[in-house]
Amino acid sequence: MTLGTHPLYGPVDDVATQAGHVGHPPRVGFFTDTSVCIGCKACEVACKEWNAVPEDGFNLLGMSLDNTGMLGADSWRHVAFVEQPRRLGRQDGGVAGLPVGPSSTSYAAGVVAGRLRQAERGGGELGTAPLDPGVPGGGPPPPGGADRMDFRWLMLSDVCKHCTHAGCLDVCPTGALFRTEFGTVVVQDDICNGCGYCVSGCPFGVIDRRPTDGQAHKCTLCYDRLRDGLEPACAKACPTDSIQFGTLDELRDRARGRVAQLHALGATEARLYGDDPDDGVGGCGAFFLLLDEPEVYGLPPDPVVPTRDLGRMWKAAGVAALALAAAAFSVFVEGRR
Amino acid sequence: MSWSGDGSREAAMVPPAEVDTYYGRPVLKPPVWKEDIAYYFFLGGLAAGASLLAAGADQTGRLRLRRGTRLGAVGAIGLGAIFLVRDLGRPDRFHHMLRVAKPTSPMSVGTWLLTAYAPLAGTAALAEVLPRRWRRTTLGRLVDTAARPAGVAAALAAPAVAAYTAVLIADTAVPAWNEGRDLLPFVFSASAAASAGGLGMLVAPPEEAAPARRLAQYGALVELVASRQLERRRSPSVEAYLTGDARRCLTRARGLTAGGVLLSMLLGRRSRLAAAVSGAALLAGGFYERLGIFRAGVASTKEPRTTVRRTPQAPART
Repeated sequence: MTLGTHPLYGPVDDVATQAGHVGHPPRVGFFTDTSVCIGCKACEVACKEWNAVPEDGFNLLGMSLDNTGMLGADSWRHVAFVEQPRRLGRQDGGVAGLPVGPSSTSYAAGVVAGRLRQAERGGGELGTAPLDPGVPGGGPPPPGGADRMDFRWLMLSDVCKHCTHAGCLDVCPTGALFRTEFGTVVVQDDICNGCGYCVSGCPFGVIDRRPTDGQAHKCTLCYDRLRDGLEPACAKACPTDSIQFGTLDELRDRARGRVAQLHALGATEARLYGDDPDDGVGGCGAFFLLLDEPEVYGLPPDPVVPTRDLGRMWKAAGVAALALAAAAFSVFVEGRR
Repeated sequence: MSWSGDGSREAAMVPPAEVDTYYGRPVLKPPVWKEDIAYYFFLGGLAAGASLLAAGADQTGRLRLRRGTRLGAVGAIGLGAIFLVRDLGRPDRFHHMLRVAKPTSPMSVGTWLLTAYAPLAGTAALAEVLPRRWRRTTLGRLVDTAARPAGVAAALAAPAVAAYTAVLIADTAVPAWNEGRDLLPFVFSASAAASAGGLGMLVAPPEEAAPARRLAQYGALVELVASRQLERRRSPSVEAYLTGDARRCLTRARGLTAGGVLLSMLLGRRSRLAAAVSGAALLAGGFYERLGIFRAGVASTKEPRTTVRRTPQAPART
C-alpha cells in the first residue's frame, strides 16, 4: 500500500529522499559479521560511554556470558552468547592426532600414584618426561578426542536495525522519531512524550521506554558522530571488525563476499539476515551474518512492519464504523414505527 | 554436576540448547501501556456509542435518553482522555501529539479525531446542564442553538472514534493484536454499541429506551460472534486469548454481555430495575471485553514462540 508518495512496504531505493531530504549523503548502516565476533563487549561499552546511556543494573543473568539480556532503552548494543554442541564449519582444534582423553580417571590416577612412589626421587626427577606406567595397557591414552571439539560459541552484537520501513517511525504520533539524511532512524529527546507506541510498533523488540525519564530511546547510529564524519562508537571500538560501518550498498557487497568465503571454508550455515530489500521491513540498515537460525540469537525469523497492512486495517475499521452508524440509525427508524 | 561412573565420558557442561529461542526470552517488548489504555478503549467506545444514541434521541424527542447519553458521552471521553494522558511517559508533553498529523500513525489519526469529537460532544452536553438563568444570555442561547448541530457532528465522528482504537492496536507487532486486525474493528465497534445501549437503559426510563435496547442487542450479537471468530483463528497467537487473565476477562465479558442483553429482552421493557441491571451488565461486559483483549496482547508478546513460529501469510502488497 502506498500513502501519497510514501510506500508502506517493499523495497525503497532512497529512503532519505522519500523522507524529504535533498542532496543527502548515501544511506549508511552496519554489517555485523558474527563469525568473527569474540564477545568482548567493547561495542556495548563504547556505545554507553559515547551516548551517555545510563547503567541499567549490574546483574548476572545466568545466560552464558550474556549479562545484558536484550536490547532496550539502556542497552543499544547487546552481545548475545549461545553455546552449542556442534562444530563450527570444519573447525579443527588440532587435537585429533594427540593422545587426549578423559583427564582424570581414578584408574589412571591410581597407576600414576603407584609408579611415582616407586620412582627414584618420588618422581621429582621426571620434569616433563613421561612416566612409564609399567603395566600392560597403562600407556598414554589413545589418540582421539576429536569429538570433544563438537562445541561452538555463537556471539552476535545486536543493534537497532534502522529498517527501510521502520515500525517505530511509522506509528510515532509526535514526530519525535524521524528519518535522518543518512537513512537512519532517530528519536528526538526533546519531542518524545513517552506514548509507548513505538515500543509495540517494532517487530524486533528493540526500542523501549526508559523508566527514569519516561521517554523512548534506542540506537541513533551515532547521529552526532556521523554528522562529524566519524564512524559510530561501537564500530570504532570493535577489535575484530565484526561490526563494520559503511554505506549500505558497499556493506551488502562485502557481506555477500564474506558469505561465499565462509561457504567455501565449510561453514555452509552462514547466511545473511536483514540484507534483503524484499523482506518484511524493506531491508535493514543494520544487517547481520548469522551461523544459525535467527531465533537462536533472539531475532525474529520473519519480521514484518505492522504498517504493511494499515490500508487493510482501515478498510475493516471503515466497514465496522459504517455498520455501527447504520445500526444506530436503524434503531431510531424502527422506534418511530 | 554428575559424572558418568567410570569417568570415560564427561557429563555435558551445557544444558541441551533451546533450539528455537534465545534462553526462552521474548523477542518482542511487551507494551509499556498500562491497563489505563484498556480503560480508555472502553470509555472511548462508550462515548462514541452514547453520542450516536444522543443524536437519535434528540431527533426523536426522547429527552431523558438524550440527556443521559450526552452527559455519559462527555463524561466517558473526558475520563478516557485523563487515562490517556496519565499513561504517557511524559504527561506534561501530551500536547506534542498535536505537533503533526501523521496518517501512518493511528494514534495521530485518533488524536485528531478526539480533538474534533470531544468539543462537539462537550457542546451538546453543555446545553443539558446549562442553568436556567444562563440560558437567556447570549452565550447561553448560542450553546442552546449549537447543541443540536454539535450533537449531530459528534455522532458523525463517533463511529470512527469507536473503531480507530482497533486499528491502533492492530498496527503493532503484538502478535495477538496484529493477527486479529480483520476482526478487532468489528469487536470494538460492536462492543461500543452494546456498552452505549447499556448506558441508555441505565439512564432513561424503559419507555424511552427502546432504541438503546435494540442497539445493545445488535452490538452484543456482533460482539459475541466477532470475538468468537477472534479466538478461532488458526494462528499461534490465538493461545493468548484462550489462557490466563485474558481468558478469564473474556469469559466474564461474554457472560455479562449475553446475560445483560437477554435480561433486557425479557424484562427491559417492563421493569426499570431490570433495565438498569442489564444496562450495568452490558457496561461491565464491554469493559471486560477490552481488558481481555488488552491482556491477550500483552501476554502474546511475552511468549517467544508466538513470534518465532512462522505464520503462513501471503504478503499483502498492494
